[in-house]
Amino acid sequence: MNKQRWGIFYSGPLTFWLSFFFLIPIGIIIYYSLMSRDVFGGVKHFTLSWNAYASMADPSFIQVLITTLWISVLSTVLTIVIALPSAYYMARSKNATFLLLLIIVPFWINFLIRIFAWMAILGTEGFLNDILKFFGVVDEGIQFLYNPVAVIIVFVYSYLPYAILPLYSTIENFDFSLLEAARDLGATHRQSLIKVMLPAIRPGILTAVLFTFIPTFGAYAVPQLVGDKNTWMLGNVIAYELLRNRDYPKASAISILITVLTAVILLVYLFLQRRSSEIEKKGLLNE
Amino acid sequence: MNKPRASKYIFWTTAIFLILPLLVLLFYSFNESRSFTWTGFSFIWYEKLFNESAQLWQAVNNSLIVAIVSSLIATVIGSLGAIAINWYKFFFKPYATALSFLPLVLPEIVLGVSILVFFNMIGLPLGMVSVIIAHTTFTLPFVLLMVMARLSEFDFSIIEASRDLGATELQTLLRVIIPISMPGIISGFLTAFTLSLEDFVVTLFVAGPGSSTLPLYIFSAIRFGVTPTINAFSVLLIAVTVLLAVSVHRLFKYLIKA
Repeated sequence: MNKQRWGIFYSGPLTFWLSFFFLIPIGIIIYYSLMSRDVFGGVKHFTLSWNAYASMADPSFIQVLITTLWISVLSTVLTIVIALPSAYYMARSKNATFLLLLIIVPFWINFLIRIFAWMAILGTEGFLNDILKFFGVVDEGIQFLYNPVAVIIVFVYSYLPYAILPLYSTIENFDFSLLEAARDLGATHRQSLIKVMLPAIRPGILTAVLFTFIPTFGAYAVPQLVGDKNTWMLGNVIAYELLRNRDYPKASAISILITVLTAVILLVYLFLQRRSSEIEKKGLLNE
Repeated sequence: MNKPRASKYIFWTTAIFLILPLLVLLFYSFNESRSFTWTGFSFIWYEKLFNESAQLWQAVNNSLIVAIVSSLIATVIGSLGAIAINWYKFFFKPYATALSFLPLVLPEIVLGVSILVFFNMIGLPLGMVSVIIAHTTFTLPFVLLMVMARLSEFDFSIIEASRDLGATELQTLLRVIIPISMPGIISGFLTAFTLSLEDFVVTLFVAGPGSSTLPLYIFSAIRFGVTPTINAFSVLLIAVTVLLAVSVHRLFKYLIKA
């Protein structure tokens, strides 16, 4: 009895706060996404309409969806391809703590300043052009900013530490004597890495993919600052519809789309994680 | 044993890739000219940073107020919630638990949109208060996680023991529960504080005139005409961040030993 009463007392503020400032707002955007837009922005209440969702079939919106997908998939793949060998090297190094620090320090710096640093490098009068001019490669500054490549570079830069850290901690727990065993059994160095280590560190790879893909998928600042109209992503459309166009139903509907897609990605992640732990159990049984 | 070969070069290239941009900022912060073309060494931007950047320091001030207030609220509410979820039984516990973990997986931008729409609906003007409420909301789950992680190392029997020995509920809370969960509470507070200082997307939606935080200021500065003061400020911020991180790390090591 006492336990019940104090439990209510201690958890009351938390439950109240999150119900009021998290759950109700989510409920409101679900409701708004189903209403029609008012002439001067905002919504017309109690006027059920599928317009906001129907507008997702517009070619321009489909284009944004495709851009968002290819940019975030490519950024994630590049990030993992770079992070995997880096994490492997760190895990096998004797100065792992120092190397870890090298990776983490840039991660401490404000996110926008990290974007800004890339603008200072890639801009027409930036560092890269300074170097190119110095070596006489170019006379006039070239604009390296405001294109998909710049967006992808900054994404990879921003999320590399997110990918390296989970990979490092899984590889560190990997039993490296298995690699030697594989080589004794006739595998080459590369074969032992691909056939023995990669399957064993699958959970870490999945987590690294998740940590990179989800933030790039819902990104706003990076495409806004170093991209152009052709790199508009879902986040940019939401901000535009909400803050400029004041089309609340549309902004709400796109938010719900992002939420649903994120939930699907999470479910796939959980499914794959469970399957890899099942495979591991089966493997042990077969021994 | 075979030494890693290719991975070595990839790692060092990655490390340079990560650190080089920060060095570039350091380099340009001493540039005399307004553009990114090197013309000569000068401290002019540091001077301007300290003497002619009132807006920037106002933003720093706002950021600190928001971070301190929101992480204090989140720490109190989150710690109590963690104690309840970990150790007590009550009828809406599954609801409270689910509610606490959902914000962690929700994309930040969706949180920003929903809370802005909500504030508009209830007629709350956008300003410091709306920013503080929004920051408390997204940092709460992190405090909860950190404190719960700490509490899971202990047994509920210590609370029963304290009651059996005649302590009141308040005494048990203040003398038993809070002291043992202190490391969790401190790391929860620090996490909330950092997340609040770093946040850009949610703040973009809920900030009003006069409540611009540092990330918002930097965003508009780099979007509408870069001034090199931002270079100088970045260098200062990097130095402060590294110093703080190192001292917090030291403090933690000290606390854990004690």
